[in-house]
Amino acid sequence: MIATAPAFPSAPGLIGQQVRYQLRTFSRTPIAVFFTLMLPVTMLVLFNALFSGEEVNVGAGRLPLRHFYTGGLAAFTAVSATFTNLANIVPIRRDEGVLKRWRSTPLSPWIYIAGTIGSAVVVAVVGVVIVLTLGVVAYDLQVEAAKVPAAIVTFLVGVAAFAALGVAVASIIPSAQAAPAVANAIILPLGFVSDVFVAISDPPAWLDTVGDIFPLKPFVQSFQAAFTPAVEAPAFQWGPLARVALWGVVGLLVARRWFRWEPTRSTGRRRRRPREV
Amino acid sequence: MTHSISIAGLVKEYDGRRVVDEVGFHVAAGEVYALLGHNGAGKSTIVEILEGHRTRMTGDVTVLGMDPAHGGRELRDRIGIVLQSSGIEDELTVTEAVDAYRACYRRPRPTAEVVAMVGLDEQADQRIGSLSGGQRRRIDLALGIVGQPDVLFLDEPTTGFDPAARRGAWELVRRLGEGGTTVLLTTHYLDEAERLADRIGVLSHGVLIAEGTPAELVARSGRTTVQFGLPDGTPADDLAGLVPRHATVDARRVSFATETPTAAVHAVTSWAVERGLELADLQVTRPSLEDAFLGLVEPADDGEELP
Repeated sequence: MIATAPAFPSAPGLIGQQVRYQLRTFSRTPIAVFFTLMLPVTMLVLFNALFSGEEVNVGAGRLPLRHFYTGGLAAFTAVSATFTNLANIVPIRRDEGVLKRWRSTPLSPWIYIAGTIGSAVVVAVVGVVIVLTLGVVAYDLQVEAAKVPAAIVTFLVGVAAFAALGVAVASIIPSAQAAPAVANAIILPLGFVSDVFVAISDPPAWLDTVGDIFPLKPFVQSFQAAFTPAVEAPAFQWGPLARVALWGVVGLLVARRWFRWEPTRSTGRRRRRPREV
Repeated sequence: MTHSISIAGLVKEYDGRRVVDEVGFHVAAGEVYALLGHNGAGKSTIVEILEGHRTRMTGDVTVLGMDPAHGGRELRDRIGIVLQSSGIEDELTVTEAVDAYRACYRRPRPTAEVVAMVGLDEQADQRIGSLSGGQRRRIDLALGIVGQPDVLFLDEPTTGFDPAARRGAWELVRRLGEGGTTVLLTTHYLDEAERLADRIGVLSHGVLIAEGTPAELVARSGRTTVQFGLPDGTPADDLAGLVPRHATVDARRVSFATETPTAAVHAVTSWAVERGLELADLQVTRPSLEDAFLGLVEPADDGEELP
């Protein structure tokens, strides 16, 4: 009887279908859409209204402040869409039992994860395009064709690494309630020492070191480099990108080791009815 | 007859506590089998081992000839699982959710057919988050059968249903059973087991203490009860030798259990007819499955339930 069964649907088709339906759930979650896509735009407008016309020193060279904000916030949007989003949504789906339900189907686990990450990357693309477009239209951002490959490679390395780190954090977070706190406690302080929200022209050495240890600053600076006239084309920042990629590998290893499909027995479970052993 | 599900010597412990103790049973292809027991009896643990969600300590387990611990995609394509509690993406509509899940099976049922089978036609375009608990449970059923499974696992499928929804779900399970689907369901509702199951396995504290058709279980526990009102002016002593010694008289109502109800009723009625007496409210009661069940298991330990 197995012999007559048709073949399983193809992996690319299934991944595409997962991405589509996960994007649909994302687009119908207003709070996620706001924090991922609208907040960076709001910050871009506000920061430029408050502090414009100055120049700053960052790792990549001297930037007009408005370019600094556009590049930094675009990179930050990519991080929100991948790292923050996945660290939040995966524990929620796990606690609700959605992951366990998918685990009950013939869908391969890696395809589900690939679909989740793929949808986050699509959101990241949309967010980055929105921020950059606003930068070009309103804040005099120059996109040089010769640096576009560097921008794309930097973006891809970044979203891959931060998606892996998001799934890694989701794997070790005990419950969905803890997820937003943990994700924000990691990413917001890092944002301040990684040239996202403020340009620290002469930072204390230890702050510089902290920023350099974690992957956000190398990613943000590599991305900014692709959009500043101070850096010559092709503007690939291989050193910092290697550090970002290394963090991605660490994330991948953590996720592989600790990812769970079911809620922790003692925490987080929405007990709809008394559970039997 | 081939077995769709085979279990032998199954053991599972949580933190040193044995929750499944040397359980063994078979479910034939096309059979509807109910695991009946109180909360904590081990029903869900057994079902989750069969589904591949839990590992076992020892024992032989096959589902459709495959070991569920290693069956992988091939097995999951041919089984349907309705977990006791598991979420669905609230943001999707009923149709969208069925579409999303059906896409990963090799021979799925059409979405509209599945939605109609579980009676959610009118809610087809509603977001799942806006549905009632009973309606959500019907989506659980829908997603369990969308892959046209050969074996369907139903872990307490009607808990939280109102009576009408429960009858609807029973009807659906009966139709699936008639269509050749093997069904293993767990329940603590006796009427559910009696209505749906070809055979029932009774679990108590992780041990399978009885197994058989509903009629067999009843017959096994069971002795029929004969009851009648003692006619006015007749002392209870007059019945000596006529009814078994263990008969009780309470408020002039005589009651006794017997394995030979025909003879017992004959003796009592002949005695009454000879004396021109009428026996008020004469009753001969077959034991129900509930009586059988209560005779088999001890009362549930309410305080002892694992998280």
